[in-house]
Amino acid sequence: MTPQEPLSLDALTAIDGLLTDEERLIRDTVRRFVRERYLPRAAELFAKEQFAVDLIPEIAAMGLLGASLKGYGCAGMNAVSYGLALAELEYGDSGLRSFVSVQGSLAMYPIWRFGSEEQKNKYLPKMAAAELIGCFGLTEPDAGSDPGSMKTRARLDGDSYVLTGTKMWITSAPICDLAVVWAKVDDGDASSIRGFIVERGTKGFETPTIHGKMSLRASPTGEIVLNEARVPKENVLPGVVGLKGPLSCLTQARFGISWGALGAARACYEAAVAYTRERVQFGKPVAGKQLVQEQIVEMAMDIAKGQILALHYGRLKDAGSITPVQVSFCKKNNVGLALRAARKARGLLGGNGILLDYPVIRHALNLESVYTYEGTDEVHTLILGNALTGHNAF
Amino acid sequence: MKILVALKRVADPDNANKVKIPASGEKIDTTGLEWKPNPFDEYALEAALRLTENGTQPKVRAGEVVVVTFGPKETETTLRAALATGADRAIRVDASDDKLDGDLVARALKALVEKEKPDVVLMGKQAVDGDSNQVGQILAELLDWPMATFAATIREEAGALLVGREVDGGVSTLRVKLPAVVTVDLRIVAPTSVYSTKTPSTHKYNDGVRFAALPAIMAAKKKPLVEVKLADLAPDQALKVSYHGFAAPPARKAGIKVKDVSELVSKLKNEAKVL
Repeated sequence: MTPQEPLSLDALTAIDGLLTDEERLIRDTVRRFVRERYLPRAAELFAKEQFAVDLIPEIAAMGLLGASLKGYGCAGMNAVSYGLALAELEYGDSGLRSFVSVQGSLAMYPIWRFGSEEQKNKYLPKMAAAELIGCFGLTEPDAGSDPGSMKTRARLDGDSYVLTGTKMWITSAPICDLAVVWAKVDDGDASSIRGFIVERGTKGFETPTIHGKMSLRASPTGEIVLNEARVPKENVLPGVVGLKGPLSCLTQARFGISWGALGAARACYEAAVAYTRERVQFGKPVAGKQLVQEQIVEMAMDIAKGQILALHYGRLKDAGSITPVQVSFCKKNNVGLALRAARKARGLLGGNGILLDYPVIRHALNLESVYTYEGTDEVHTLILGNALTGHNAF
Repeated sequence: MKILVALKRVADPDNANKVKIPASGEKIDTTGLEWKPNPFDEYALEAALRLTENGTQPKVRAGEVVVVTFGPKETETTLRAALATGADRAIRVDASDDKLDGDLVARALKALVEKEKPDVVLMGKQAVDGDSNQVGQILAELLDWPMATFAATIREEAGALLVGREVDGGVSTLRVKLPAVVTVDLRIVAPTSVYSTKTPSTHKYNDGVRFAALPAIMAAKKKPLVEVKLADLAPDQALKVSYHGFAAPPARKAGIKVKDVSELVSKLKNEAKVL
């Protein structure tokens, strides 16, 4: 008997019927963009540790940068459309999606949310058009999950602040035109943290590239080194003081990641189904083996549940009532399932699972970073644990 | 320049194996099929957009692109996608898929052309479902307009189009005076295939059909989309084509493996009899 055509994940979740025509068209457009423009180069970019800089204008022309923000040249799309777009980008590569997340949720969002009208008009339209590339400086070599312990300081000196410190693991830092840097002011504690827009060309501002990553190789990661960098007072974000500034940006980005990870998971799942249906051992395709089917089924169920969760919380976000705890739930759940799916797919592809000829090992390696950045898996557990028990275990 | 682009939706060619034929063989079962615009018609839309711009500023439009399709309400999804990609307005001729043939569509399009008065009618050389390859030709005949089929390149000139058509052994180039009907082949979306009078000759497009900007997708619902009754365009709805039966292609038999070249040659000679 000829085997039947496999049921797609979209058909399993019956997601199409839950989306508007507009949302489906946005998803399908980004899907085609990634298939035509990114996937043919994905393995090579990863292997050569290169970012597809030449695609940035096209990404901007599609309206993907700051897409969920309203006004100032941004697309103003709803959270579900934005999530669907990010999932398609991460189907291509987590590095591609990271670039879009950082520009929109971490660099543009704080200016949009906490910036002055002058700052918004000055930066946001150019950032949406990719004429200015941004990055987000929060994490430091000795301050990761505990950003309140940051050492970077801003000292008021006349009409400007003088910034000193080092930021680490900064996506897009090597290619950025500006950085939103978070620093403690004068001798203050975490409650004194302010956001500063530091422009490329500022004396004492450098962004050395971090080489040798075995993950997110197609995304430029660097440090931000601030050595008495003088920033005019007008470049302070006026709308927020304290840790809630950077943390609210992270909530935005984490929501996007919880969708994006589904794209990477789907890429691994599809590769595993296609491979196991073709790969013949012991006289028949391995897809017809019970042990293989168990893996496929677990992957599909995980991804489908993650999709349903993301859609539910996306609708909630559009209704305006999502909480950071719910975003932590979604990020932890979906990145976790994506990493498990990628590892299962890696196994199902056998030796071919370690070759860049297939997307699986690339996604599996990328997801190791996604698991750790934007709140490690453990941090999200602590956020949820605190919320669910009332006891803070940080 | 005003261009009318005729679009047809077809069962997703990437999922052609989902097309089911009931045992009676009297029709194709369309339930559960995913619909996509006919690829050649998408290429026609891309060509129309290239003919109404200068290549470097896609938002500066030089002319109007009107898209039309025939079908039930759901086909408006296809039209909205075309509007998002850059068409200015859309017309849906309300019709049922199985009560149309190339002749009826061409007759209705003729009535629409007389109303809309475009300079060019563009469409795919054929739809990938029925592969009839008739509508453009019949329409040109009914309108008594010049026609160029299988266009691989189009260069706009004053009052005319210079159309390159790939034929066996070379390229046939036609100059068609406007108004005209042009049907397009797949290479019309190559980087240097289409030039308006405003496009610099050094301009190169990305290969393929452009991507709709996401804000344009959201704005597409504000663009005009009107419904027209088929009867208002074609009072006589008699079909000239009748289908006598459908059958799935026979399943391919498994091939054989040969040990060496001499066995291959022997089999080609004695069994396949192709040598």
